[in-house]
Amino acid sequence: MNVILVLPVLLPLVCASLMLVLWRKRRAQRILNLASMAGMTIGGFVLLVLIYCNGIAVLEMGGYAAPFGITFVADLLSAIMVTAASMMGLVVAIYSLTDIDVRREAFGYHPLLQLLLMGVCGAFLTGDMFNLYVFFEIMLMASFVLLTLGGERGQMEGAIKYVTLNLISSAMFLAGVGILYGMTGTLNMADLADKVTEIEGPLLTALSMLFLVAFGVKAAMFPLFFWLPASYHTPPPAVTAIFAALLTKVGVYSLLRVFTLIFVHDPGTIHMIILVAAGFGMVCGVLGAAAQNEFRRILAFHSVSQIGYMLMGLGLFTVLSRSDSEETRLIVQAALAGTIIFVVHHLIVKPNLFLISGVVERLGGTGRLKDLGGFYVSMPLLSGMFIISSMSLAGIPPLSGFWAKYVLVRASLGLEHWLIAAAALFTGLLTLFSMVKIWAAVFWAPPPEYPLLDEHERDQAKRGLQPMILPIVVLAALIVVFGFAAGPIFDVAMMAAAQLMDPSQYVDAVFPIDEAATLNAAVDGDTSP
Amino acid sequence: MEPVLAIVIGSLYAAGLYLMMRRNLVKLVIGLVLLSQAANLLIFTAAGLRSKHAPLVPPGEAQPVGDFADPLPQALILTAIVIGFGVIAFTLALFHRAYQVIGTDDLDEMRATDT
Repeated sequence: MNVILVLPVLLPLVCASLMLVLWRKRRAQRILNLASMAGMTIGGFVLLVLIYCNGIAVLEMGGYAAPFGITFVADLLSAIMVTAASMMGLVVAIYSLTDIDVRREAFGYHPLLQLLLMGVCGAFLTGDMFNLYVFFEIMLMASFVLLTLGGERGQMEGAIKYVTLNLISSAMFLAGVGILYGMTGTLNMADLADKVTEIEGPLLTALSMLFLVAFGVKAAMFPLFFWLPASYHTPPPAVTAIFAALLTKVGVYSLLRVFTLIFVHDPGTIHMIILVAAGFGMVCGVLGAAAQNEFRRILAFHSVSQIGYMLMGLGLFTVLSRSDSEETRLIVQAALAGTIIFVVHHLIVKPNLFLISGVVERLGGTGRLKDLGGFYVSMPLLSGMFIISSMSLAGIPPLSGFWAKYVLVRASLGLEHWLIAAAALFTGLLTLFSMVKIWAAVFWAPPPEYPLLDEHERDQAKRGLQPMILPIVVLAALIVVFGFAAGPIFDVAMMAAAQLMDPSQYVDAVFPIDEAATLNAAVDGDTSP
Repeated sequence: MEPVLAIVIGSLYAAGLYLMMRRNLVKLVIGLVLLSQAANLLIFTAAGLRSKHAPLVPPGEAQPVGDFADPLPQALILTAIVIGFGVIAFTLALFHRAYQVIGTDDLDEMRATDT
């Protein structure tokens, strides 16, 4: 049954290749895209249930035993991420039916979307450092082309910054992998978790900084986030939405994985740095957003502050250097659970806001707040969806954002980190301000005196709008359900966090303690590989 | 051998980063190339430079015998070179197109999307 672990990687790869064969058949590509995303979503849910019932699943590629071959490992966190990512893929694929123009489709939008999903899911599932690098590159390459597809001036300028910063971070990641291999002789994450303990502490801390910076750039962590607000508002809204859902999450996931499994020797220093960066990121992002006057730019800057929240849970790991009691560990576990809840919440809410901005830009002809208005009268349904999503982002109960922030803030208060709790609450307040600013300008304000689109253009833009509205409604419904099912979701997140808190579970899953096998190996002596 | 390579890698990193901090697009891409090559050399050096046997399995044996070199770093570097090649090819195409669309190769002129 563990073969299902390769499905989220194999399915998009096969579909992308098929699409290349069907290069000129747009309809076939669209259907294949939707089918593949639906298949991945179903596969993701099956995987999630499987992991939930049976614990961590491991698949050794080609039958080569870890640590010699490449291993795929799915713990609960990976399964949650894969499921959420494929679900967002499906939603954005539906939205793209209208949003993506013929030219972009003709130049391979659909296969690129598949490859992006493949890279992302591979990064979530792999249990090997170098393999993680490879999947990062697959994801980056697909995202580079998706970002530049269309070739408009803004896209080019944004892409130069995005590409350059991400390539620097990749080079750093690669250097870190090389040094790690030189010091331990292995790249299997479970094996590393054992073997890094042999390295001297200060040396290991220095090495971990390479990884912190490399993943920090991808996760848009403070102060490495500058590529994000410079590039997110340039491509079509569907692309921005899938970027907002997945790209930074892969960075956050990698940080979560590496800094709970491998680099846990000195939480007093390493995780303190993460915590401080999280705090500054929250405040910086939200202040940056407050200064913006364009729909998507505001949302992009908010991502930076939301990443701060996600890293806050990981940063609270730092208290383990002071006290390692059962009680503290439980609160730290809750903080990690808060991070996981926040990641999933953000994965749904932020793309939904970008999708809404796409509809607004389509009907209004621009994203500048001062040239928009009157959407409350013309699009009441859309306005309702915006209210749900934006209030969830700001953290108004009973929506998903409230529970995510509640768990995080409560954990930080329990661990007596007052400053970060204050920063989180202050950020929530300013988020509300930005959301109200958008609401007032776009939805509530009277229609602009000189609309950028005339009657005829507006009617044309309204044609075929259903595929854009449907995903927005589905995601908004999901946000509400998320809010009311917070209890069960918290329980699952706690389980996932428990696996993160106890690396031995991960290690034991990869290296099962099989007494018969060890006995055989001892008898066979050195002839066995 | 290690000290020599360490100095080479250090200079590559320094040169790459220096070039990337200039305002010119072409220098930026050369900087990226140097950076990725430096990372490859770093793997090579960090994994250990040894003059040992090739990791070949002699006929009739199940595994390489004696003191053999580690083949994995080379495999890693090979993968990294291929990936780097693809990425740099894309970057060159992107920068060329950007130069055509924007009409300048000065990075300081590309501030329209900044905030």
